Amino acid sequence: MTSTTKTESAVVAAGAAVVPLLDYLLRLADSDLVLAQRLGEWVGKGPVIEEDIALTNVGLDLIGQARLWYGYAGEVEARFAGKGRSEDELAFLRDSPAYRNLQLVEQPNGSYADTMARQFYFDQWHLRVLDALAASRDARIAAIAAKAVKEVAYHAERSVDWLVRLGDGTDESHARMQAALDDLWPYTGEMFAVDTLEQSLIDAGVAADVAALQPSWQAAVAAACAEATLRLPPGTWMQGGGHRGGKQGVHTEHLGRLLAEMQFLQRAYPGAVW
Amino acid sequence: MIATERDATAAAASVTGAASGASDVQRDITQAWAALATVPDPEIPMISVVELGIVRDVRFAGDVLVVDLTPTYSGCPATDVITEDCAAALAVAGFATTRIAMQLTPAWTTDWIAPEGRRKLAAFGIAPPGSPAPRIDVTGISPLRRAAGVVPCPRCNSPRTRLIAQFGSTACKAQYRCDACLEPFDYFKPH
Repeated sequence: MTSTTKTESAVVAAGAAVVPLLDYLLRLADSDLVLAQRLGEWVGKGPVIEEDIALTNVGLDLIGQARLWYGYAGEVEARFAGKGRSEDELAFLRDSPAYRNLQLVEQPNGSYADTMARQFYFDQWHLRVLDALAASRDARIAAIAAKAVKEVAYHAERSVDWLVRLGDGTDESHARMQAALDDLWPYTGEMFAVDTLEQSLIDAGVAADVAALQPSWQAAVAAACAEATLRLPPGTWMQGGGHRGGKQGVHTEHLGRLLAEMQFLQRAYPGAVW
Repeated sequence: MIATERDATAAAASVTGAASGASDVQRDITQAWAALATVPDPEIPMISVVELGIVRDVRFAGDVLVVDLTPTYSGCPATDVITEDCAAALAVAGFATTRIAMQLTPAWTTDWIAPEGRRKLAAFGIAPPGSPAPRIDVTGISPLRRAAGVVPCPRCNSPRTRLIAQFGSTACKAQYRCDACLEPFDYFKPH
């Protein structure tokens, strides 16, 4: 708890101790990449061209952030494995159980209400996590987060706008937005669940203490729902509470299909470049 | 204007580190800045990478001329092209061994766009970013809504404009429409 140098050496010194950091970086990177891939599925199908462009621009930001996290993850891996995987190897050559993304982001696009509800929950979480990580004891994590949080502020602003527009819109759009919020609500639980791996990095001042961010997230979500004339989903049951969610490699059936499409080219033609 | 100031700063920094040939180093660094000032941003070609504020430093590491670049956005697809263009411009200017280093900290902000760059953006029809860039506050329920300042139309200067979409032709721009002259336009988002 004293200096960056001390913390870094504590994390890096023993080979085994580096693994949590690698895993944590993959959690950050994989959520970015998987959501970006989902947003990319909207290309050419957006309801209007401005939305088509906006969705892919958000996806582009997330891919950029994922690349920064993967780049660091590869370097961390090289510290204990001799050689670290490249960005492409990490993205294209891991199967579903090796992915560490939140289950929320792998959920299908559905209707526009579903897409924006997923984005809304994620953006409000992402914003707070990155803001916290900008103060990480790990200088590299802090630098990436400080960069990314500025981009995500625009994502968050936009998804709230859509929540309000659809929620406080027609009877049809209101009903769909409410249903989307209700359907995805259970997946928000694991955003704030801390397992032992994450706790060790929180204790080292490296990771974001997501449990502490939950009240602020909940207040923001409730306030936005109120403005959108929507009701905060009442259920308290949550998916993946702690040790068996996306962050531990346990995924819904949807991730495998997403990866099958995303990884096809590298699996069929290993090492192909263009 | 800004570039000139940076020339002086960079040169001064280099001079202190050079035991001999200080004036040569200073001249080389000034020339390198001049060469970089000719490199346009690939997506906003009316301004140079120097005016965009993404060239953070030019220095020597031994015999290698090192240029510190910072990306505008994490996912900006122009970053690779900019890196290549900078290396090419320096090669043309006679620098044989150069290295373009990517620097994330401190994160780029639109506050670094030079005044001349802002003027060129407006002349090209892109509303320059508001300044200073907004501070992000996630402590409460904000940013549910950021206080949206007036974005004057770059064509007719009317303040009667409205947001069409938060993202435009690139991630760094939003789409606006002017209710006075009815023209759509891009707004370079403060960042």
